[in-house]
Amino acid sequence: MSENQKLTDVTMPQLAESLVSATIAKWLKKPGDSIEQYEPICEVITDKVNAEIPSTLDGVMGDILAQEGQTVNVGDIICRIAVASGEGTAPSPQPAAAASASPQQGAGSEEGSMRFRYSPAVQTLAAEHQIDLSKVQGSGMGGRITRKDVLAYIEKGGAAQGQGAPAGSASFPSAQAQREAVQPSGTSPFQGLQHQTPAEPSPPLGTAIPDVRHSGLHLTESPKIPTIEVEGMEGGRSEYFIDVTPMRNAIARNMRQSVTEIPHAWTMIEVDVTNIVLLRNQLKDEFKRKEGVNLTYLAFLLKAVVNAIKDYPIMNSFWAVDKIVVKRDINLSLAVGTEDSVLTPVIHRADQKNIAGLAREIEDLARKTREGKLKLDDMQGGTFTVNNTGSFGSILSYPIINYPQAAILTFESIVKKPVVINDMIAVRSMANLCLSLDHRILDGVICGRFLQRVKDNLEGYTLDTKLY
Amino acid sequence: MAVMEYIDAIRLAMKEEMERDESVFVLGEDVGVKGGVFTTTKGLMDQFGEMRVLDTPLAESAIAGVAIGAAMYGMKPIAEMQYSDFMFPATNQIISEAAKIRYRSNNDWSCPVVIRAPIGGGIFGGLYHSQCPESVFFGTPGLKIVAPYSAYDAKGLLKAAIRDPDPVLFFENKKCYKLITGDVPDDDYVVPIGKANLLREGSDITVISYSLPLHFAMQAAEELEKEEGISAHVLDLRTIQPLDRDAIIAAARATGKVLIVHEDNKTGGVGGEVSAIIAEHCLYDLDAPIMRLCGPDVPAMPISPPMEKFFMLNKDKVKESMRQLALY
Repeated sequence: MSENQKLTDVTMPQLAESLVSATIAKWLKKPGDSIEQYEPICEVITDKVNAEIPSTLDGVMGDILAQEGQTVNVGDIICRIAVASGEGTAPSPQPAAAASASPQQGAGSEEGSMRFRYSPAVQTLAAEHQIDLSKVQGSGMGGRITRKDVLAYIEKGGAAQGQGAPAGSASFPSAQAQREAVQPSGTSPFQGLQHQTPAEPSPPLGTAIPDVRHSGLHLTESPKIPTIEVEGMEGGRSEYFIDVTPMRNAIARNMRQSVTEIPHAWTMIEVDVTNIVLLRNQLKDEFKRKEGVNLTYLAFLLKAVVNAIKDYPIMNSFWAVDKIVVKRDINLSLAVGTEDSVLTPVIHRADQKNIAGLAREIEDLARKTREGKLKLDDMQGGTFTVNNTGSFGSILSYPIINYPQAAILTFESIVKKPVVINDMIAVRSMANLCLSLDHRILDGVICGRFLQRVKDNLEGYTLDTKLY
Repeated sequence: MAVMEYIDAIRLAMKEEMERDESVFVLGEDVGVKGGVFTTTKGLMDQFGEMRVLDTPLAESAIAGVAIGAAMYGMKPIAEMQYSDFMFPATNQIISEAAKIRYRSNNDWSCPVVIRAPIGGGIFGGLYHSQCPESVFFGTPGLKIVAPYSAYDAKGLLKAAIRDPDPVLFFENKKCYKLITGDVPDDDYVVPIGKANLLREGSDITVISYSLPLHFAMQAAEELEKEEGISAHVLDLRTIQPLDRDAIIAAARATGKVLIVHEDNKTGGVGGEVSAIIAEHCLYDLDAPIMRLCGPDVPAMPISPPMEKFFMLNKDKVKESMRQLALY
């Protein structure tokens, strides 16, 4: 009677609209740990991001139902959190063990939310027989005292004497058990199941309970993705298996969807970036000192691309079967590779940012990606993708469009080349820009113009160009 | 005492009444030569001739209109609507004429007509062969409505309906026709209209229902008693208009937890009125919110078998609701 604790199921939340399941990466709380509202209880891996699941309530971690590494459908229960209520003492381990041994009893005392909600029938009977309802054990939902509980109490003489006769009529077991709990002296086949009797008073408020809590942060150091490599069972010399991670699975699905749904076409242009190289060399050290971030070529390219998209807004669109949806905001997805995956975090409202702002965004996103700190917001809303393939030495690539966008542009390696200018040979820094396009939306002419505009923008940078 | 099917009990009631009273006659679509699409009137034409077993055109308004006229003239017609779904063309005759004749003629005229109509789904009949139209006629003063659940009640209530001096709608459940068998006495008994019937006594929950779902409730009650010790008090309304207020109130008071079950959809159904009676009279006896388990509020019985199954009540649905209420 001291502690009415209620176990609340915690389900896998819908972290994103398209999300149907997520994998438990790590439990941050162990059974018995106390939890505050909004405190993270576990880490999950989804197709899109790794996220922490916050608790929605204050309480104590109960059972953990989903193990680390297990993929859980959205809406399935992952754990239970015990919420203390009633007289508010923290749960002691003893009754909890007894409760699990006696499910019928457990059902009754599991939650006390209805303990003091009396139905008209209960109040009528209580008034008629002058019964103190606080002495009656409830067998109904949420600990509610039912009409039958009161009748049983009366029958046992609970109203007048407080010393009862043995149970008379048969009843269904939970009521019977509850009745016995009220009258511990009664002989009952259910006596062995009792875990709480009024003879055993609850500890007064503030009593120290033996420490059953554990500090729950990062107790396990298992890797986020439990098994990546599995030895082949037979022989296994010539090959080995790699489990497909949720991330890999998402990449595979998105790539396949893109190439099967979107008729890709491809085109390339060569750009003279000598001025940018000079400009960057002149500014980069001071920029690093002032801003704390690197001034990359990519920032210049992004600015050139954004400005070209402004002139050719159709590049910033997607196919909707009977319509082409042109997005007003230019949100640039940036392909960021890691050892074993590629992600496309988004620079939102890239059209509102100058070169310095873009440089900062690039740095932020790259850092978050490496650290696995990307949030869902960082991943959503992209309208056009840029991939800095030059960063790993590519001079030519055939990118797959970041579904459902209309096009993707790669920025290849900057290479010094002999170039003919005004019938003279000069050594210039050259780079290729490759564009894959959705041929349902875009055709060669518009893309050619778009690329030409990007080229003009890039080649238009001079030593006077302002970063801010 | 003979064991017979629900449909046989209905046929037997008509046969006995036609033998007893020359003014009783049957009319409806295919009731004569064919003996009814469900064989409810089979053999009646052979026994009583075509002047007392009339095959009518496909016009329910005419069937009801002719029956009402004949009843006013002193006959005791039993009009059959092939399916209660087809009854709606006759609603004007039934609601505006049959129900009101005694009242508007200041008691000079009466209309002792019986209108039989098979109700209910679960027979893969889809939209036009599965409806429960009780709620359309329910609440029309001047009409009596009965809905038997057993073979015994089917015979007894139909005989009572035929002998009643006022219009009675006899809603027989077509799923029960062959599914339900029971003891039916050979003697001339009637089941009184307006009296509910306590099928089962119990102390945990009260189930109030009529027609087919009572079978689910009774089975569920047996199982719950055996498996979980939940004891159910089950009341058959038998007559859904006029409702037996005293029996409803007594049944509600017996346990304080009431579940009302019917196949007709919840909104505007008989259960709403039963619930209101309990709310009006038994506030201080209630131990739980009144619960209703009814057909869903969707326009029609689906023809797709899985969807029909979803739509229809069954023992498990009733049992689960009963358990929920018991646990409350």
